[in-house]
Amino acid sequence: MNQAFARVPDLLAQHILLSAAALLLGLAIALPLTIWSARRPAVARLTLGFASLIQTIPALALLALFYPLLLLLSGLMGGGIPALGFLPSLLALALYALLPILRNGVTGLTHIDPAVIEAADGVGMTARQRLWMVEAPLVVPVLMAGIRTAAVWTIGAATLATTVGQPCLGDLIFAGLQTQNWTLVIAGCVASAALALIVDALLGLAERGLRHRRKGQVRAALALLALGIAVALWPVLPTSGADKRVVVGAKGFGEQYILARMIGHRLEKAGYTVAYREGLGSAVVFGALASDDIDVYVDYSGTIWTNQMGRTETPPRETIVKGVGQWAMARHGVRLIGALGFENSYAFAMRGADAKRRGITTLADLAPQSRQMNLASDLEFLERPEWAAVKRAYPLNFKSAQAYAPSFMYHAIESGKADVISAFSSDGRISKLGLTVLGDPRHAIPGYDAILMVSPRRADDTRFVAALRPLVGHIPVDAMRRANYMVDRDDAQKKSADTAARWLEKQTGLSP
Amino acid sequence: MPAQSHPRGPSVAFDGVGKRYAGDVRAVDGVTLTIAGGEFVALVGASGSGKSTLLKMVNRLHKPGEGRVSIDGEPVDSVPVHLLRRRIGYVFQNIGLFPHMPVGENVALPLRLRGERYDEARVAELLDLVELPRALAARMPDALSGGQRQRVGVARALAAEPKLILMDEPFGALDPLTRDTLGRAVRKLHDRLGLTTIMVTHDMAEALLLADRILVMAAGEIVADASPHDMLTGKGGAVADTLVAVPREQAHLLSRLERGE
Repeated sequence: MNQAFARVPDLLAQHILLSAAALLLGLAIALPLTIWSARRPAVARLTLGFASLIQTIPALALLALFYPLLLLLSGLMGGGIPALGFLPSLLALALYALLPILRNGVTGLTHIDPAVIEAADGVGMTARQRLWMVEAPLVVPVLMAGIRTAAVWTIGAATLATTVGQPCLGDLIFAGLQTQNWTLVIAGCVASAALALIVDALLGLAERGLRHRRKGQVRAALALLALGIAVALWPVLPTSGADKRVVVGAKGFGEQYILARMIGHRLEKAGYTVAYREGLGSAVVFGALASDDIDVYVDYSGTIWTNQMGRTETPPRETIVKGVGQWAMARHGVRLIGALGFENSYAFAMRGADAKRRGITTLADLAPQSRQMNLASDLEFLERPEWAAVKRAYPLNFKSAQAYAPSFMYHAIESGKADVISAFSSDGRISKLGLTVLGDPRHAIPGYDAILMVSPRRADDTRFVAALRPLVGHIPVDAMRRANYMVDRDDAQKKSADTAARWLEKQTGLSP
Repeated sequence: MPAQSHPRGPSVAFDGVGKRYAGDVRAVDGVTLTIAGGEFVALVGASGSGKSTLLKMVNRLHKPGEGRVSIDGEPVDSVPVHLLRRRIGYVFQNIGLFPHMPVGENVALPLRLRGERYDEARVAELLDLVELPRALAARMPDALSGGQRQRVGVARALAAEPKLILMDEPFGALDPLTRDTLGRAVRKLHDRLGLTTIMVTHDMAEALLLADRILVMAAGEIVADASPHDMLTGKGGAVADTLVAVPREQAHLLSRLERGE
């Protein structure tokens, strides 16, 4: 419990900064557009249409879209634009904040009593004087209501910035969801909801102050908001020894959280200050490493082989690891330090009794019966080239195919909602649930050795590499499975990723 | 056209002025006339006759399609529009007080536009001028009655000491009693300050009682141009006679009632 809330202050500070920056950028874009739109109905149709269109894109998708967009832009500009982390989050959230501000502003401006406008013109105000002396003061309360809505939306949507690698309260929610640590989820939710409520209350105070022309009240509310931002800014200000700060990346499942902690523990011992960036998507995480947004993470050879390199053949495991290492260094300057010693492959699994009854032991046996069966996969699998390769090799044709967060995928097969799952071979739940892993006689699925990947910035940092090298070849699959199960189970014996990492370190002799 | 150089208000000239709306509706059609400095002119006509449009061409709230309007011989479009308007007082039916400013700031606004600081004494003077208690300066406009608001509107129009005042149905929304007192007050100010005043109204009785000269408009044209006396004695032409008939008849009936007939 305490451990969950211990991470809140740091992430809350990041969350506040991201939301505040996005809201301010949104305002800076929305205000001139508002004035322009209020003067010309044709422009209003265009801007409001655009803002509404943005609003129909799910926030998660909008964030995700900025990754390839910035990557492309960075490519055109000759690099230097970060495609992950703060920038894409800022841009997506700022766009998201546009609509309520724009809509309220335009409505407010176009609904000012025409007599007041006629009087402003009649006394000889210039367009600029009319805006500042008459229109702005009259529209500000309405505009403030829009800003309030935008602030609440932004704070809520900012929890999704986790997915593009920006630390925020979403880190707790996503990590909690993946590891079924509901305390973490609640900590993230409570913190972000409380933040939204407080900001809403303060902006509401400012709005009422503006409506009733109570300047003191407006100043007090805005001063409190500014104070909150300043406090959040304090710990984030650049401190000395920036090159001793390292960021360990992790994808969004238990094994990755455990390995990230093991890496982190070793780097801490070597004198580095470690931060974690967890819950990154498979497609995003390699890009983050290649652009030095993170310094180190664990990937799986087959993932890079098929996804990044686009290879379809499946040579022996060692060949794949070697190929990935050469490609990563040549193309991205990314260093593959070595394989950890276990494999986490995609493994199709069925309930044991079910498999026996149907007489299925391999994917080849499964194919003819697949029509009567339901497939549950993790969130990515159905879009991955591995699934396409499996379908090419075996004529699979499931009654339904449904994607789940990994924990829920296991619930689906346990409860009978699904008959086949795309499990992970290092997952402790396979044996605990008595699942049968199906063979792959046509070698459609490549090897998935866990490999330690290091960013271009750290590739030649000998102390850094030396700190991590002992992990290579030292983690057997049995130990990994048991550690995974400590995190992935959802009963009273469930442990945190950090505890599981420490257990695994002892087990493998990496720490006394 | 500096206002100070005139002991009386400036003259206003319309020279072949016309304006046409979409669908070939002629709002104003070939108006040529001169209003002498110091005159109080009432522009009378039914709604849609073009009287408001003609009035607003003077301070360029409307732009003539053809012809030209000039003040003291200087075309109105020869100066930037905001400078032109600062030299002309403008009062209209919907008043248009700024709801976010106290009465005092509303009144002093033309002075602020000239770059002057808020002057309490000057605001008090202006409120005296329109016979409002000085204490109202601190109130917000929504705390005032309709008549008080229009007095504030008049005070604001006079703040920068313009010599030309345009009024568009200024008393249209007021009750008859307020209308009468405010009308008299405005006429008194006109005489005292030596203004040129052009007032649009649809009320012939009001026009007859306040103005020196009455212009009657119908379908965009001036159909009568006469003094109140000439109007009442049938020298204004056919359209004017019809318009004058109603108040005259009412006046006769009222005096008969008074005499007990």
